[in-house]
Amino acid sequence: MSIARFWRETPRRYNLGGSNCTICGTVYFPPRAVCPTCPHHRQTLEKMVPFQLSGDGEVFSFTVVHDAAEGFEMQVPYVMALVKTVEGPVLTGQVVDISPGEVQIGLKVRATFRKLREEGKAGVIHYGYKFSPALESDVRPPSRGPTVPVETAAPTDRVSA
Amino acid sequence: MDAGIVSYGAYVPRYRITPTEIGKVWGTDGEGMGLGLNVLRKSVPAPDEDTITISTEALRTALIRGAIDPQQIGALYVGSESHPYAVKPSATVVSQAVGATPNLTAADFEFACKAGTAAIQTCLGMVGSHMIRYGVAIGTDTSQGAPGDALEYSASAGGAAFVIGRENIIARVHRTLSYTTDTPDFWRREGQRYPSHGGRFTGEPAYFRHVTECANRMFEAVGSAPKDYQHVVFHQPNGKFPQRVGKQLGFSEAQMRYGLVTPYIGNTYSGAALIGLANVLDHAKPGERILMVGYGSGAGSDAFDLEATDAIASFDRSYGRLIQEYLDGGVEIPYAVYAKFRGKIHMGGS
Repeated sequence: MSIARFWRETPRRYNLGGSNCTICGTVYFPPRAVCPTCPHHRQTLEKMVPFQLSGDGEVFSFTVVHDAAEGFEMQVPYVMALVKTVEGPVLTGQVVDISPGEVQIGLKVRATFRKLREEGKAGVIHYGYKFSPALESDVRPPSRGPTVPVETAAPTDRVSA
Repeated sequence: MDAGIVSYGAYVPRYRITPTEIGKVWGTDGEGMGLGLNVLRKSVPAPDEDTITISTEALRTALIRGAIDPQQIGALYVGSESHPYAVKPSATVVSQAVGATPNLTAADFEFACKAGTAAIQTCLGMVGSHMIRYGVAIGTDTSQGAPGDALEYSASAGGAAFVIGRENIIARVHRTLSYTTDTPDFWRREGQRYPSHGGRFTGEPAYFRHVTECANRMFEAVGSAPKDYQHVVFHQPNGKFPQRVGKQLGFSEAQMRYGLVTPYIGNTYSGAALIGLANVLDHAKPGERILMVGYGSGAGSDAFDLEATDAIASFDRSYGRLIQEYLDGGVEIPYAVYAKFRGKIHMGGS
């Protein structure tokens, strides 16, 4: 993957930056410019706002990979899962920090920040989300969730010299 | 000083290996080595973990616990001697990953094992002078010892992040000071994969001299004595050095209890003293005084005189793991898996 392409996807891969239709409330990941759920798509053009997923969800389905994709040889066998997030979107991601035999449908997971791949020993390192088993303590009140803005958010006031 | 710790978080990878298991491979008495170093297990990062991912996990925990808006972070420093890039700051990736970009200053620090405490000092200066609202100081490492070297029995992975600010302080910093000299006890030259060290020279003229001098200067500066502190944290390259220096200075086992974490997770280098401090903050009560003395080879020590405030009693640690869970938990792996995870197996190709 080219450096520029991966860089453009950084808000999604690092911070699960999606979008939210302010008319019907549907959350999309990756972000959409229009809402396909609303009957009049064009009306939603200016109504989609950035939305960051919490990263909390559960395993909807999964598979154990024994024949690794390039760059994942050290992690075999590893688990790839469809994760249904609490906000709605279903994401594909690796589930780490668990033995493949312990993964089951319905397992509560949370997003974790990991190295996705390296462009060789001298190239750029790509980072992004994977999933790990959720801790009971990870259930956070909505008001305490991360407030990470996606790339379109304006900088806020800050104290400076 | 009108600044202190507002929130904190730590992260230690899931995997562990024992000195006995390492000794089996090299034909040495691993169990005896572990007992001598007072290291029972050490943490091992997964193949997809490095200083950047560990720092990010630790900081995300700190931000959620403290309900801190990442856009209010004015400075973010990552202290480590195992930055994934030689050129491209770990702090840039961490800043982006927690949503603190773009209006902040960020940089990587390196001072062997005390890069994290040096970052805290920098943040204290910037916060205390009202240049910024919040400063973030992180100490993380995924360091390695050469296969078969004494360091291999202790070098591990982990990190802790501290948010420094002026409001809602849970541990106020009364004073910080340092003691620095040119002492070549441990180093890694550019391009070298593993560090080199001066063996026994890393002890008396290096660790013990700097930690002792720095602690004594702190006692002198604030007019305190070891009995005035409920908790003490030293840099802990193994489990033995901090116990010895603590005893020499006049601290009891009870004062050192929470600050000593290396026996259970190994030496996390830049993370070592900071994870010890995080464990102390997991247990500290309002009014309790804490002394932390970091140490970095090369060499220098940073001392901090802290006091837990009333706010620590209501500090919400429900998100993320308490340090005790990291000390007790983990999954042990054999040396072969450890060698694979740490890239010690030559796979061919570039």
